[in-house]
Amino acid sequence: MNSNFMEVVFDAKSENESFARACVAAFCLQLNPTLDEIADIKTAVSESVTNAVVHAYPSHRGQVRVRCEIKGQQVKIVVSDDGIGIANIAMARTPLYTTSKTGDRSGMGFTVMEGFMDKVEVESSERHGTKITLYKEIARSCVLVGE
Amino acid sequence: MHIKSKNYNNTLYVMLCGELDEHSATHTRVTLDETFSCRGFKQVIIDLSELDFMDSTGIGVLIGRYKKMKEKNIPIFIANPSSHAEKIFKMTGLYDIMPKII
Repeated sequence: MNSNFMEVVFDAKSENESFARACVAAFCLQLNPTLDEIADIKTAVSESVTNAVVHAYPSHRGQVRVRCEIKGQQVKIVVSDDGIGIANIAMARTPLYTTSKTGDRSGMGFTVMEGFMDKVEVESSERHGTKITLYKEIARSCVLVGE
Repeated sequence: MHIKSKNYNNTLYVMLCGELDEHSATHTRVTLDETFSCRGFKQVIIDLSELDFMDSTGIGVLIGRYKKMKEKNIPIFIANPSSHAEKIFKMTGLYDIMPKII
């Protein structure tokens, strides 16, 4: 079975979001995904990194780790931080739930992750950080007749 | 993120170009609010044909603008979303408040 992995670590700054999703997308290209599959992965990675950038480190600058593993046709992406954690994971995963008071947050981050990936796992404890694990099976590409 | 706008025939056309995520959200929010503060239009059409990427942060930005325009009874419509943006809009129910017109 084909296997591979990569890991990147960067400051929890919003300017690194595009880097993170581009990095994961480029790594996943070895599975020959469709454009839709790549768009799904990029969006889910963006949501999970945004979660860390916005919520994990309210008082200091921390780091975000993105680890991407490939086993066969499955992609497993782990986005983790060492921040304040999520007090109530079930509540955080509820559609439209947001702690924002400005009205400019949709509260749909986890809903989008769940909609675009096959499975989403969230582990978190207060003051010990959050780990979001995203899974997606990439469909095998068609083999052309004569290959 | 680059934002172009044109007021024509009582309609404010706005084109979002680039990527709409957490990093570009503040600039997008401020620019759209400045653009929407002008007078002389009765509806807004947001053209997404040149939007390369959007996540739920973008949905939040659009919902915030919808709330402000709703106070003025000015509807907002979405035009030319990519298949990916369309998927997010359907998932989040954004089309219920900002219908797609093209």
